[in-house]
Order: sequence, then C-alpha cells, then structure tokens
Amino acid sequence: MEASTLSATDTPTQSMTGADIVVHCLNEEQVKFVFGYPGGAVLHIYDALYKQNGFKHILVRHEQAAVHAADAYARATGDVGVALVTSGPGATNAVTGIATAYMDSVPIVVISGQVPVPAIGMDAFQEVDMVGVTRPCVKHNFLVKHVKDIAPTIKKAFYIAKTGRPGPVVVDIPKDITAHVADFIYPKTVEMRSYTPILKGHSGQIKKAVKLLLNAKRPMIYTGGGLVLGNGAAELVKLAKALNFPVTNTLMGLGGYPATDPQFVGMLGMHGTYEANMAMQHCDVLLAVGARFDDRVIGNPKHFTGQKRTIIHLDVDPSSISKRVKVDVPIVGDVQSVLADMNEILAQEENQTTDCAQWWQQIQEWRGVKSLDYQYSDSVIKPQYVIEKLWEVTKGDAYVTSDVGQHQMWAAQYYKFDKPRRWINSGGLGTMGVGLPYAMGCQFADKNAQVACVTGEGSIQMNIQELSTCAQYGLPIKVILLNNRYLGMVRQWQEFFYENRYSESYMDSLPDFVKLAESYGHVGMRITNPADVEGALKEAFDRKDKFVFMDFLTDQKENVFPMVENGKGLSEMVLSPMAANRMKGEQ
Amino acid sequence: MRHIISLLMENEAGALSRVAGLFSARGYNIESLTVAATEDATLSRMTIVTTGSDDVIEQIIKQLNKLIDVVKVLDLNDGKHIERELMLVKVKATGVFKDEMKRMSDIFRGRIIDVADNSYTIELTGSCSKLDAFLEAIDRSAILETVRTGASGIGRGDRILKV
Repeated sequence: MEASTLSATDTPTQSMTGADIVVHCLNEEQVKFVFGYPGGAVLHIYDALYKQNGFKHILVRHEQAAVHAADAYARATGDVGVALVTSGPGATNAVTGIATAYMDSVPIVVISGQVPVPAIGMDAFQEVDMVGVTRPCVKHNFLVKHVKDIAPTIKKAFYIAKTGRPGPVVVDIPKDITAHVADFIYPKTVEMRSYTPILKGHSGQIKKAVKLLLNAKRPMIYTGGGLVLGNGAAELVKLAKALNFPVTNTLMGLGGYPATDPQFVGMLGMHGTYEANMAMQHCDVLLAVGARFDDRVIGNPKHFTGQKRTIIHLDVDPSSISKRVKVDVPIVGDVQSVLADMNEILAQEENQTTDCAQWWQQIQEWRGVKSLDYQYSDSVIKPQYVIEKLWEVTKGDAYVTSDVGQHQMWAAQYYKFDKPRRWINSGGLGTMGVGLPYAMGCQFADKNAQVACVTGEGSIQMNIQELSTCAQYGLPIKVILLNNRYLGMVRQWQEFFYENRYSESYMDSLPDFVKLAESYGHVGMRITNPADVEGALKEAFDRKDKFVFMDFLTDQKENVFPMVENGKGLSEMVLSPMAANRMKGEQ
Repeated sequence: MRHIISLLMENEAGALSRVAGLFSARGYNIESLTVAATEDATLSRMTIVTTGSDDVIEQIIKQLNKLIDVVKVLDLNDGKHIERELMLVKVKATGVFKDEMKRMSDIFRGRIIDVADNSYTIELTGSCSKLDAFLEAIDRSAILETVRTGASGIGRGDRILKV
C-alpha cells in the first residue's frame, strides 16, 4: 500500500469475515440500494447482507438490469450506484451495463464474486477473468486477493468512481476471501500518487476565455453530459444569462440548460434542431462545456472544422480536449468550479454587455424553419404527439428514461427538460434494453417522482423480465411504448440508404403487452386512437401507486427529422417534409 | 513520427496489460515495449516506442496519464535523450563467415558471447537504428536467430523521470 495513503478511522476495530467487511464498507459509504443477483461465489456476501439493515438489496431478474439500475440511480442522484453480481455468467451479464456506464461516465461500483483464489486459472465452475473482461470498459478494476485488502480497495473504488471524470469501477472478490477473517478498518480518506484529478481551472486560461466570450459576435454555448455529471448547470445558466448567449445541449446534456428558456435552441447533432446545428456550424466563438465533439454531434469533422471559429473547451478530462477537434483555449477542471470562476471574472469586468443582436436575428430566422414540426393525424397516433402530451401531463417534471432508437430521439426532441438529471438514456454505448431498469433506478432514487420509460417494442423486450422486479417492489413506473412494429431506426436507415429493403427490421409475433403487463399484476393499456392519447396518459399518471404499461400503436413509417446523414456536415441536414416545404416557400 | 515514451507506473498485477490494452483498443502502434521494476520496488518503468502524428502522440500521452496505475508519463522526444537496445544475434560461423562475423562484430562494437562449432552469438547494444544497421550490414543468409529487447530510454542531464 506504499502507492497510496489511506488514513484509518479512530473507531475501535472489529474482527469479522470478508463478507461482513464488504457489507460494512457499503454502509460506511452510505449506500442506500444495492442492485444485485445472488450466486455461488457471493453466497457469503449475501449471508452478510441478510443480517444488516443499512442498505436495501434490490433483487433484479438479470444482472444486466442490476447494473443499469445502479447506473440510473447514480445519474438521477449524483451518488455512486452499486451492483452486486456473482462470478462467471453473473459477471459477464453485467458487462453490458458496465460498458454503458463507462461510455456515459457514470459513477458506479460493481462488486463481482470470483472463484476461490486457489481455483483462479483452473477453469473452475463459473470462472471468468472479470478483471480482464472488463478492463477496456471500466475506469479501473481490482482483483482483491487478501481479506485485509477488501476495505481499502472498496474505499478506493468509490473514490475513483466519483472523482475526476466519473466512471464504473469493478471490485472482483474471490469467494474464499469473503470467508477469511480480518480486522475491519475503514479508511477515512484516500490519496493516490498515481491519481490526482484536476479540479481548479487555470486562471489565465479562464480570463482569456471570458475576454473571447465578451468579444464574440456569433457566440454559442454547447454543453454535454459532463455539465450534468459535474453539477455545473446552475453556474452555466448564470453565465449564459449574463452574456445572453444561445445554448444547445447534446443528447447526454439535456436538462443542463432549461429547455423552456428562450435562449435554448434545442438539442444539436444528428437529430438536432435546424437552429442548433446551424448556430453550431456558423458561430465565431464556441464555448464547449463537458462535451466531446463526438461523431453524432458534429457530423463530419472536416466539414465542421472547415468553418473558422474560436473554440474554448472546458472539461475535467484532458484526453477529451483536442481529441476530435483542435481547440484554441483548453481549460481542464471541474466544470462547476471553472464556470463559477468565469462568472466571478465576468462580474468584475467593466463592460459586460455583449453585442449579438444580429446573431440572434439570424437564429430567429433559422427557428422559423420549425424543424420539429410534424404532420399531426386524426387517424393514426404520431409518436411525437405522444411525447408532447407526456410532457404536458407530467408538467415537464418527470424522470424520463428511454431505450435506443427512434423513440429515444423523439423523447429527446419533444420532452422539454428543464432540470438536469431528469433525462436518463444510453447516449454513448446506445444500449437497447436500458429503459426499464433505468426507470427502476430512478424510482428508487426518488420514490414519489413521476417516472416514465419511453421505449419501443424492440428495446423493451431486451429487459422485459424486469416487469417482475417492478412488481416485487411496487414501482409505479409508467411505460410509454411507442409501438410501430418495426425496429424503427433501423427501418429508417433502410428506407434512406438501402432502398426500402427492410432487412430483419420488422418484428412479427409481438406479445400482447397489455396481457403481459397484467400477468405480472400491472395495469396494461392499449391506445390506438390519437384522440385518446392525452386522456390515457392522465389516467395512467393519476394511478400513482400502479405500474402502468401503455402500448401506443403508432404510425409505422414515421421518421426522425432533422437528420444529418453519416459523413455529412452538421449544416447539411435532411429536414422533415413540412420543414423542407416551408424553406422552399420562403426562397 | 517515431516517439519514445517513458512512464512510471504502480508495480501491480495487470498494470502492463492496461497499457498494452490501451494501445490495441485505440489502434495505436507499438514498435516496442519494455518494462521492469525500478530501484523502488513499488514502481515499474516502461519504455514504449510508438509512431504517430503529433495529434496521435498527444492523445497517447493523455490516455496513458488517464490510466489509474500510471504515475508519470514523459515523451522523451520533447528533449534530449538517449536510447539503448540490446540485441543477441546468432550467426553462422563457418567458412568465410567465421572471420567476417568477428570483424563485423568488432566494427559495431559487439561482443561474441557464445562460440559453438558452427555459430557465434553476438551481443550488440545501441540505438534501434544501429542494431538495424548491423543486420543490414551482415549477410542475411548468415543470420540464424535474432532477439531484441526493445528500446530503453532516458533523458539527458537534468531531465529526470522520478516520483
């Protein structure tokens, strides 16, 4: 342990088994929920948690869902989410969840059982090299080989997971270790010579950035998941308001700036609004906060950088800076701290007024295209309409989780998120099947909140078994299934790029979702008529104590617009037929 | 461009695979990689020889720094440095080759460290390019076997990589 200093608590030590130490550690970390699934290698730990009442264990139906639920709990609360799985298949089932959290930088600790130390490497029953398997998709991982290392390792795991750029940490614990006895000493603090996250931004760079912002003629603020994770939203709003600059959020960043505020120009990227993408492309000074210029956000990087602009990039992770796009003013630091410094410097400036009236006029013109308009129908339910009504009925105050596909984009486009940590989706890895376990994590995080899981009939079936978990814990989640009987996003790409050859994107033999929900003791509803959408949503959300599965039969061939096709520039969007006509008419 | 990256990392199980995994996962080149514990047994020192554009090298350095076990990273190409690699070459030592190999070894300041009936084993130390040059200089058909350690590098003078 020369590598790090762990200062111990003053409390008298107690001798106990490794399993009890694990449980004590989790209680020291004030963990409220552990999402897990028992099995051979973790039996000692399950016995230890049976005998305590510090945290509550939530029994899922599949380990993938345990990790997703812990991940959503972390996204919703900002605390570290915890999952507990057994060795071998339990561990590999958890991998998709871990990779999902990794791609979106979510702080979780996954404790996995391992075969006993003498059996490691012997191809033992339910053995898998968990540290090896997860290495590319964790922030860090540990294999604990001695009972005395359990407490310091778990302490480090929580510290690493939640500091700097957050991420998942796996602690793999062999079964025999959990039966061995040691004194329980939980370190109070951790210091690691090899890991020292930078918090404060460089003051010279921050000053330079503020100067650039004040002199901008066509400014733009672009924020991502990092702003939400770093709890910087309030400081960002203050800054944007003081400067009167337009703000766009990435898919991961929604809620980082209130969507109902007039300075918000909508989400940007592949399915971003016309005004957000145009402003991003044509701005002269860009402030990027906790975002990483990824392929779904800026489209073709050559096209994006072909337009000259000065980029200020603020991120806690130095490796996110100048990774895809060269930046002019890099600022490494905690987003909240740096934005607060910016606000302070700005407040001291003599002349705080910015001149971007012309720019706003241009943005208003772009807004006039109304790129999110869609053709309402009396006869068939439009998916966009369902989301609009969901927003109204929940008064914009629900936790909305989604799976992956068209429904995810519609939820992102049409639900106006005013608060951070309310929009929970898998933006990085794009994991189908997260929606329902994510909703579980949110409902545990905030038991009285309205939680809506917007999903598709493809995605929901990837973790449908969790209907059982929801019944066991009485979670009053509302599933909003936009059922178009197609893997919609795949179908849309096949329509656009594969001449309507709908290869394997139509799903036959769907279950009767209403009956399925009812079989678990939930309420099932099928909505086929546009006129019934609002009433059904109201009825569902009025049933505050019930899980309601709403099967909306929607337009089968609706597409997500605008769309920046693969390899195209951000300003080269394909617009919806309505918006395209409106543009033609104006020319 | 070719870069020599030096790093200090915690001497823990799996640390090497984190570095190797990073290079393969992100598609970075590795020409060579050497690692051993330092005088402080808790630390390993690694030398990685890689190639890439300035942008790629910048990313490699940042990604290495991001690994939790990595304590310090230094791009030796940022300043004056020395590199050395050790090579053992087993060559034919029959007929004309017998004198030829002894002579070439002397020219390159190698040492013959094993003499057998039909072969010599030559030990050669130097920069990677010097070792390449030796292999170019001798008759290819005389080479029976080569083994190289990969480069180790160190900064000149006051450039010290230490915790």
